[in-house]
Amino acid sequence: MSEFRIRTHPILDVPKVEEFTFTFNGEAIRARRGEVISSALFANGIRIFGHHPKDSAPQGIFCANGQCSQCMVIADGVPVKACMTLAREGMVVTSCDGMPGLPAADRPVTFGEVETVETDVLIVGGGPSGLCAGIELGKLGIETLIVDDKEELGGKLGLQTHAFFGSIDDCFAGTRGHRIGHILREQVAQFDCVRTWTGATAVGVFADKRVGVQHRSRYVLVHPKVILISTGAREKNLAFPGCDLPGVYGAGAFQTLVNRDLVRPTDRLFVVGGGNVGLIAAYHAIQAGIEVVGLVEALPRCGGYKVHLDKILRLGVPVYTSHTVVRAFGKTEVEGIEIARVDASFKVVPKTSRRFKVDTILIAVGLSPLDSLLVMAKEANVPVVSAGDAKEIAEASAAMFSGRLAGRKIAKMLGRRTFVPQVWQPLMETLRSKPGETRMRRPKPRDLRVYPVVRCYEEIPCNPCTQVCPMHSIRLAGDSITALPTFEGRCTGCGRCVSICPGLAITLVVENYDPKRRRALVILPSETDRGALFRERTITTTDVEGKTLGEGTVIAVKRSPILDKRNLLLLEVPYEQRLDVAGYRLQEPAEQWDALGAESKDDVIVCRCERVTRREIVREIRRGVRDMNQLKAVLRTGMGACGGKTCTELIERIFREEGVPLNEVTEPTNRPFVTEVPLSLLASVEEDDEE
Amino acid sequence: MTSYDAIVVGGGSVGLPTAMFLAKEKLKVLVIDQHASCGQGQNKAAIGGVRATHSDPAKIKLCLESLRIYSSWTETYGGDVGWKMGGYCFPVFREADERLLKSILPIQKKFGLKIDWVGPDVIKEVVPGIKEEGLRGGTYSPNDGQVSPLMASYEMHRVAETSGCEFKFNERVQLITTDKSRVSGVKTDKAHYWAPVVVNAAGAFARQIGQSVGVEIPVVPESHEAGISAPIRQFLGPLVVDLRPGADGRSANFYFGQNDFGAVIFCYTPSTPFCGTDRRSTSEFGPRIAQRLIELIPRLKNLLVRRVWRGLYPMTPDGSPIIGPVPDGPEGLFLAVGMCGQGFMLGPGVGANLASLIVHGRPLIEEDVLKQLCFGRDFHAGEEALK
Repeated sequence: MSEFRIRTHPILDVPKVEEFTFTFNGEAIRARRGEVISSALFANGIRIFGHHPKDSAPQGIFCANGQCSQCMVIADGVPVKACMTLAREGMVVTSCDGMPGLPAADRPVTFGEVETVETDVLIVGGGPSGLCAGIELGKLGIETLIVDDKEELGGKLGLQTHAFFGSIDDCFAGTRGHRIGHILREQVAQFDCVRTWTGATAVGVFADKRVGVQHRSRYVLVHPKVILISTGAREKNLAFPGCDLPGVYGAGAFQTLVNRDLVRPTDRLFVVGGGNVGLIAAYHAIQAGIEVVGLVEALPRCGGYKVHLDKILRLGVPVYTSHTVVRAFGKTEVEGIEIARVDASFKVVPKTSRRFKVDTILIAVGLSPLDSLLVMAKEANVPVVSAGDAKEIAEASAAMFSGRLAGRKIAKMLGRRTFVPQVWQPLMETLRSKPGETRMRRPKPRDLRVYPVVRCYEEIPCNPCTQVCPMHSIRLAGDSITALPTFEGRCTGCGRCVSICPGLAITLVVENYDPKRRRALVILPSETDRGALFRERTITTTDVEGKTLGEGTVIAVKRSPILDKRNLLLLEVPYEQRLDVAGYRLQEPAEQWDALGAESKDDVIVCRCERVTRREIVREIRRGVRDMNQLKAVLRTGMGACGGKTCTELIERIFREEGVPLNEVTEPTNRPFVTEVPLSLLASVEEDDEE
Repeated sequence: MTSYDAIVVGGGSVGLPTAMFLAKEKLKVLVIDQHASCGQGQNKAAIGGVRATHSDPAKIKLCLESLRIYSSWTETYGGDVGWKMGGYCFPVFREADERLLKSILPIQKKFGLKIDWVGPDVIKEVVPGIKEEGLRGGTYSPNDGQVSPLMASYEMHRVAETSGCEFKFNERVQLITTDKSRVSGVKTDKAHYWAPVVVNAAGAFARQIGQSVGVEIPVVPESHEAGISAPIRQFLGPLVVDLRPGADGRSANFYFGQNDFGAVIFCYTPSTPFCGTDRRSTSEFGPRIAQRLIELIPRLKNLLVRRVWRGLYPMTPDGSPIIGPVPDGPEGLFLAVGMCGQGFMLGPGVGANLASLIVHGRPLIEEDVLKQLCFGRDFHAGEEALK
């Protein structure tokens, strides 16, 4: 079976990788070398991995990030997280149906010693902030160890196939995220004093100032002088009927499947949440050839960058603002979604619901810092600094700066003489800032042979267009990098601005294409399947926000001169539409689905690990429970493998909905380990023949 | 209204059942605890083993009462405390341990406890996968068991509350107030509450509470670390105690069991006590307990460790609890302190007896047996064989 793999992608290279076979419940599964079990299963059309011991509910992917344990399977007799465990040739994988048993491996074993590794700095998390901190420390020759739980450093940069915002000099604006990850990895590798461990999970900070690290098949204690927590974020969750069905998962999990592992997990999906994560996930889905049936956002407008929103509107994704997901349908997995309008207080407006047939629902309702290790480090009185999303949720460009600042700060803590350039802090604040005002402007015809139309209407920190114009004709209308760019002056028609704009918000108009002025040539940026554009020849054109304008004829598709994998689409359009054509439509609105799907239960699962329902939690709150630890005691919320990472915020929300202010609620206690550790690793069991 | 019949200081393993039984006797009871809810001190750090198989007659009798209360909880009170009657097993590899355990069998049998010395075959049956080399046999007491401290404290709180008991959480008792030679109540950081009876069940903080009325209680907190695994299918019935010291030179005996939910809970006794109230986990515990568990039962290597923590053992000089009034101390003051890490198994028995003593002037068990745990005893007379 290969229909669930991405074989061509407009942005990503699809490398030839050796394939091999393992078995899942006795069935042969073809996997790619270096692939985790969950992705191999998805690639083979399997998305129910097992069944929960409490109520036999089907279990599958949820976070794909090693944070929850919904993807638990039994690999060669041992329970593992499918999303974190590499598939191996001949591996015998079975569903975890009910509670796993303990294999009767009774041969005595021998033990090694737990190694203690000394280092000046331990960086937990090798994403954009961790790597940038590592580079700063490397420049100063400070002994640094970077640990990261994934197989490759770069964190979520690897999933970001879109070009970054910001400025070219400071944070690689106009470069695709996954390329930035590559660049940072190479920079880090230059420093002998910076060691990196991949497949290494920091599991706890202890009172004796040691950090427990599970590094592949060993357990190590790291004894740092300073810790940097750059562990990033976890995806927030939403509780609604059916939210626990396989097929409902995080947008980040989706991007992992699609962009890292080149798996196409679905043909039709729905996105919940109009922040940058949701908007980008929708865009990535379309790039992977997946239909995005719609996107709901509870607020009256999407919170993400307008350029991200406009990109998907143009491609034909229906965006439902002031709407929410009411339920997911499905018996054992998602079969459909019901959405409805909400009023100003986010209550569902009766008789406004509509249903769509989808098999996947992506949750993108924000991120929260992954900071439990930070709390533990503080309790252990270890000097600790945090950076990136672990400190404050923001764009990756801000995270890089945050990392650089943290690196310098740590150097100072270690007594090094170093300085922080004055511009860094304000620059980071700017990169971190929320989008400013939106000012729509009607494009102006110019008395030029060729000229750009810049549809950048919202104040965001971004300026590559001003930096690449050889004529310096695009300038920001103010000193701040968030000021809007305007074109004034001469244009050579080089197309560099069209090529680099991360928001795909610039087009070129060729005025003199048709001397009779019946037709005009518009040069559009394109990042969708190149072959399809050629095949179609005639495509539906839209304005900046996706309103249909008419048709255009594809004259040519050229490679961008400066941004890899971006195409410049030369489109012939009616002359009078030349200023308005901003994009093309790829998908038409999906029909509503009237067939009544299998209703999911009304009871909403809030704690996924222990399958605790909203009703149970409400009952305890009404009985007077105000301590989350007491909820744990009686209902087991947060007692599961994830340690409450997913449900804590949902429960806080239920408290608020029940009229209990959060200052009356005691937070749950945080203890090691942050993820489960096999006893054999803690014991330093030496490999024996059995293994 | 701030006036009560009795005030219990501490809503944990001991305070909760004491308050519950006092409330069942129709007393107007107030429980004050510094934490946000019941059982948030050392109760939730307990691993939940409950056995009557001690060598001290008072502890045997009190724990028999605890076992009776826990095992019949559902039929008596309706809720679930996670009771699992899997017994206790002390597998033995050393001659000295065999002698010790056999020496206390007669007294245990005298009290009618179901416990016997069994051969290696029986041990291997009840502890699947235990290492065979050097296994001499051991004791097995099938009527002992395990209870979930989390569920038990919730349940006791519920029953106490429905019996009319009041609770004040997030409130710290600063001193016990007296009127002439009687207690008159307690002062907290928030209010003054009045009652002619005050029970000190403050666990690790019992000493400070006592000092406020000039009663010097010899209770000093030590700490033990513990951990819990992800749940697995039931394979281990009894709570297992390995009396050998660890090859690591840092751990004395260690013990573990699989609870009703399927998780394996484990703990060891450090060979040099950790004194004080620090409850942060150390990096030493995980690797050490892991080696000890796997050395004893190799198949445990595939367990996934989910969480570790550290709890306090309020220790007395002789390793036995202090229960009852304070001779020469203020009248109306009762102690239920110094449980030495066994507060959870002793709690219900202590609570039931203390309530009876307070209300009816006599405990449920023989008065002279309970007297062995009185405050006025000689704390340096000798230690119990099986602490």
